[in-house]
Amino acid sequence: MSLKVEIELTLNGATARASVPAHWSALTALRQTFDLAGAKLACGEGECGSCTVIVDGESVNSCLMPAVDLNGRTVRTVEGLWTDDGVDPVQRAFIEKGAVQCGFCTPGMIMQARYLLDRNSDITDAEIRRGLEGNVCRCTGYTKIVDAVITAARAAA
Amino acid sequence: MSKVIEKDILVGTRVPKMDAPDKATGRTRYVNDMVLPRMLVAKILRTDRVHAKILRIDTSKARALPGVHAVITADDTPQFGIGVLKDNPPLKKDKVRCIRDEIAAVAAETEDICDEALALIEVEYEDLPPVFDCTEALAEGAPVIHEDRPDNIAMVNEFSSGDIARAEAESDHIVEGDYNVHYVTHCNMGVSCAVADVDYDGKVTLYSQTQYPFIMKMDIAPSLGVHPGDIRIIQPPVGGAFGSKLDVYPYEPICVFLAQKTRRPVKLIFSRSEEFIASPTRQPVEFKIRAGMKADGTLTFRDIDTLLNNGGYTSWGATTPYVTMRTCSSHYRVPDIKYRARAVYTNNPFAGSFRGYGNVQATWAIETHMDRMAEVAGLDPLEFRLKNANESGDVSPQGSKLNNIDLKGCLQIAADKSDFLKKWAEYKEGWNKPGRYKRGIGIAASLHNAGGAKIHKSDGCGTILKMDDYARVTVITGASDIGQGIDTVIAQLVAEELGIPVRDVTLVMNDSATGPWDVGVHASRTTYIAGNSAKRAALKAKEQILRGAAKQSNLTWEQLDLRGGHVVQADNGEAIIPLDRLLRQMHFAGQDAELVMVTDYYEPPSEPEDENHVGDMSAAYSHAAQVTEVTVDTFTGEVKIDQIWWVQDVGKVINLTTLEGQVEGGIAMGLGYGLSENLKIENGIVKNPFFRDYHVFTAPEMPPIDMTFIETLDEEGPAGAKGIAELPTIVPAPSIGNAVYNATGVRIYHPPLSPETVARALFDADAGKAMAAE
Ligand code: FES
Ligand code: FES
Repeated sequence: MSLKVEIELTLNGATARASVPAHWSALTALRQTFDLAGAKLACGEGECGSCTVIVDGESVNSCLMPAVDLNGRTVRTVEGLWTDDGVDPVQRAFIEKGAVQCGFCTPGMIMQARYLLDRNSDITDAEIRRGLEGNVCRCTGYTKIVDAVITAARAAA
Repeated sequence: MSKVIEKDILVGTRVPKMDAPDKATGRTRYVNDMVLPRMLVAKILRTDRVHAKILRIDTSKARALPGVHAVITADDTPQFGIGVLKDNPPLKKDKVRCIRDEIAAVAAETEDICDEALALIEVEYEDLPPVFDCTEALAEGAPVIHEDRPDNIAMVNEFSSGDIARAEAESDHIVEGDYNVHYVTHCNMGVSCAVADVDYDGKVTLYSQTQYPFIMKMDIAPSLGVHPGDIRIIQPPVGGAFGSKLDVYPYEPICVFLAQKTRRPVKLIFSRSEEFIASPTRQPVEFKIRAGMKADGTLTFRDIDTLLNNGGYTSWGATTPYVTMRTCSSHYRVPDIKYRARAVYTNNPFAGSFRGYGNVQATWAIETHMDRMAEVAGLDPLEFRLKNANESGDVSPQGSKLNNIDLKGCLQIAADKSDFLKKWAEYKEGWNKPGRYKRGIGIAASLHNAGGAKIHKSDGCGTILKMDDYARVTVITGASDIGQGIDTVIAQLVAEELGIPVRDVTLVMNDSATGPWDVGVHASRTTYIAGNSAKRAALKAKEQILRGAAKQSNLTWEQLDLRGGHVVQADNGEAIIPLDRLLRQMHFAGQDAELVMVTDYYEPPSEPEDENHVGDMSAAYSHAAQVTEVTVDTFTGEVKIDQIWWVQDVGKVINLTTLEGQVEGGIAMGLGYGLSENLKIENGIVKNPFFRDYHVFTAPEMPPIDMTFIETLDEEGPAGAKGIAELPTIVPAPSIGNAVYNATGVRIYHPPLSPETVARALFDADAGKAMAAE
């Protein structure tokens, strides 16, 4: 029924091709077309960060990005952080430091944290908190999330 | 020489949550992520009126739309109400009573088609006069919301003990106050969602976010016209619940109706704004308090009258007085009590249960009032509270046996660690000094049930525990995990008894077909009750294993123990046989074969309230105290939280990481309640159904929290533990209000203490002072 558009992208290190409805968000395409349900739909309006993925090195609210704009881009989702080398230090720190409760915000938080650490591995508590301002968590009160990001930063240093 | 094995202590350590790896790697599939073969998606058409007669619903155009598989209205479904008073039919037939009312629902191949179909449904209304305010709804001639309740009263709860008139006569001071608490909502990150599947026999499988799967079967069955035994509730992981899923709400029966009608699996999921508009809120309450004391500050009585805005239908919000009443009657020593709560129908949205359940509201009112009374008595806030604090052995007027408690310890430690008295005296001096920024410090405390709450015929939980040939354990529990980490707590308790690593325990839960009965996740009960049941099952398994081992040893089973995956001699730890080998020997023993496989059903020693609301309804109680230090910007009214000191009687720490996580998250929610969160409802309409206008706390706003846990070792709780997860949401708000008073000398009676509210209160106080000076 609806108009479809062909897209081709580098998704978690591999080439991915699909034809997606032109009005879809990148989040819907990731979840429905590519079966990557890690990124979550919690508001669909760019207000909570649950859908955060990394596109060409920038963190993006994928619920606001048109799916067609994925074409030609390099995209990392939470599923792509667990590689042959094991899980990402951010993932490990989230697990070990108790940063996960219901876990619904977790994939978005982890991707935002990965992005922050990619830009600045020598990051402070206040910088992490500011960097996570757009990611809402209703369970943890953020303390253990910030602790996990600092732990991951130190592990990498 | 055999090796010696020490006992592994798991209780009290930091064990990472068992579900964290899947959640951190994106492997967890939430209800919201579910896809079943041939699944359709569904949406609900909600009214845009607050009070109106439904004259006509025309769904013909929607039905004709390609891709639409079913359109249903009240005419297609049984008209049986759900909710606490069964006053809420899932689809409305004759009239609508609040903005969220369900008119019709569509199942279609895609969400887009659903949206298109909803837009094609025509509804004709005749508006009725609305009423939004409790007092107006109680007045003679007010619009009637439910015809069978012409006085608009949904529920009344009253308690009285002693003689208020005598107590008043004996009091040296009486302090009065009105405290109105507002609407807030859960903001679960995972929006409401259900998936229903119906087989050819009419049996229903509902994938639900519910917190009470077993009782839910009974609650939802009549509205579906299905026998409760033919309903299976499966609870995939959820994105938060916090009390919001303790009742059946219309979307769940609607989802099942559509699955029945289409003979296909149906998934119904809310949008975020729908979540704000159409999920239950926290119960708003208007408190009127009169409380007396002797000249020395000894409390004499409390006389409390409350009105609850019940909205259009009755869910658990109307029953929050059960808990509010307990705080009013049992928090501090107050000999004479009178309490009344009336839940009044209006055309507002309705409230459900929400972490802290009636006690968030009560504690705001009581602890703000206590601060005011302290000032009248001429005592500091700490001394006044300590003077009236409960002690172990007290029995409250409502019959709560307050054993193994430490309210005084909570208050004293919080005050000592924060240097409360010195700062409190110093900041008070600043009231009349110039300066834009004022600092303040406030204290508050509360009491909550910490060993369940016997509001149903049973408050129990069942466990089935089995061991395999490799000494791995499967625990099938009736408890529900909603992200709080009960799986890990149970695994720790079981692993410690059986002397095996936590990773060797597999939890099977969240399915009414496999799990033995449990009441559900509420009332801070799960660690206490499911934990006890699991621990008792582990002890039974342990006895069976040790008896098996004793048969091939010259020791009795009581002289043996399980440690480090071995049967050992208890007194010296000497290893006797690896546990897995013993289990295989017991299993493959011909006609003597036995499998380690035990069950337990734990019923806590609590009692239901009698008709006068007297009864020791929880198996344990606990307290917490919080000191909050703030900076108030007197120009903008902004309140910044600088530091929190938190002290809680937890009985016994089981998992320090998950305990801290519950406290930090609970406090974040409590700070939101006190400072920023406000579901604005004007003339029945939700004005801010978006995160950006609702404002839950974000990472940069969270203050440092200094936590202290007091271990009172409850005699009944598992390893001495008590339930912990609600107090952190209950106590923060009044400690903030009291701190703002200490900073500015201006008392705020109604949360949230948003910049506008604080700035307005400061402005009014200044204007008042200027007028007085003229
Ligand atoms: S779902 Fe994208 S920001 Fe909330
Ligand atoms: S862990 Fe539940 S929302 Fe963050």
